[in-house]
Amino acid sequence: MRVTAVGDRYARVEALISSEPAADGDTHGVSAGMHRLCSAAARALSASGTGLTVMADSGLRGVTAASDAPTERLEELQLTLGEGPCIDAYGSMRPVLVPDLADGAMTRWPVYAPAVHAEGVRAVFAFPLQVGAARLGVMDVFRSETGMLSPDELTLALTFAEIAVATLLDGHDRGGAADGWLDDPLGSRAELFQAQGMVMVQLRVSLAEAMVRMRAHAFVHDLRLYDVAADVVARRLSFDTPQP
Amino acid sequence: MTATVSAQRLAKVFVEIADTLVDEFDLIEFLQLLAGRTADLLDASPVGLLLADQHGRLEFMAASDENVKLLELFQVQNQQGPCLDAFLTGTPVVNADLQQAADRWPLFAPRAVQAGFRSVHAFPLRLRAERIGAMNVFSSRVGGRLADTDVEIVQALADVASIGLLQERAISRGERLSEQLQGALNSRIVIEQAKGAVAQSRGVSVDEAFRLIRAYCRSNNLRLGEVANAITTDLAGIPELASP
Repeated sequence: MRVTAVGDRYARVEALISSEPAADGDTHGVSAGMHRLCSAAARALSASGTGLTVMADSGLRGVTAASDAPTERLEELQLTLGEGPCIDAYGSMRPVLVPDLADGAMTRWPVYAPAVHAEGVRAVFAFPLQVGAARLGVMDVFRSETGMLSPDELTLALTFAEIAVATLLDGHDRGGAADGWLDDPLGSRAELFQAQGMVMVQLRVSLAEAMVRMRAHAFVHDLRLYDVAADVVARRLSFDTPQP
Repeated sequence: MTATVSAQRLAKVFVEIADTLVDEFDLIEFLQLLAGRTADLLDASPVGLLLADQHGRLEFMAASDENVKLLELFQVQNQQGPCLDAFLTGTPVVNADLQQAADRWPLFAPRAVQAGFRSVHAFPLRLRAERIGAMNVFSSRVGGRLADTDVEIVQALADVASIGLLQERAISRGERLSEQLQGALNSRIVIEQAKGAVAQSRGVSVDEAFRLIRAYCRSNNLRLGEVANAITTDLAGIPELASP
């Protein structure tokens, strides 16, 4: 029963995203998918805006998508200033929830907090886009009213972030394929992440790239991701030898 | 397991746990210590700790003995089992006879029996009014029953897990529970990824990889979380774990 409930949550978020109108005729690809995700998240979370920023350990950073132009500027501001909830969420690998920017945030981010406050932002919620040590970026939710996200909104925001991770990993908008990708009730999550670590070493690539390759293999061979992972851990499948 | 836990041993455990509540605090390591000492008190019955994610699914965090078989038993409990029951009801499940439990937990009970266990217990983890997870205790003995006094003691130890979360919050500027839980769940993923990387690099099983990682942590006085992160970003930088 609970498993169904989790599936429903993914389905609900997927439906919210796909019912969001595409911008300027751009209906396909990652950027269109990300834009729709941001707009749907902003609407569902009663936010003034939602933005996605891709970040890498190498220091490469850029705003990938935002629900609207003012939000895109808010996202860029953090990158320009080098401080803010988004930067901290990426660094600490945890969400950073700021329900009232006037309370404590001014000393924590002395330049950023007053700047976004002046733009009418009263609360910021930053969610890392990550799978363990594979860090892709951050999703920021801005609100013009103070107050914490409700437990339901928090779950919704985390679900949006999970789907953003799947879309970024795929490199293209598969239209619903992200649906509960980490939520196979019969699969072993531990095994999935162990396999990811193994493939990282086999191919000498990053952890994120290792997950991309496993997902691609599952997609091409029409296998469940968790079955691919089980084969890797059992050493029935190795990515460093030519695939049959 | 019928023998009542001795007061001296219990006092020693509480002192040892209090001693870990210092600035250099690693939540997963703390939970591991707690699981290990609880197992010692109960004559080496395996003990595991699970925390709930944002969807209310129980995710494995730490155990007295971490191996593939046990991980699977913890894992299946995000669908059914004593931990899910204890988590949902907020009351302990004690002395459940696994041979008689196939109707109650058709997925969990046969697997547990096959793993050699006779009875199982589960205790809710609580943080004030919130339920955040469960502690799982297995026994392989026929009639391995917990006495009433032991039930109270194990519940008290389960409550200590929440002290760990409070401690972490105290040293990280009043972090919110949801931020902490997300961080802890993600650091568990990093550990699985690290296990896979070392298993591949050293040509050993993931269980053996975990033993190697822990031994490396101990002999260099490093925290598990730090080492797992280092493994996933620069395994070559740790020759002891990278090469056979």
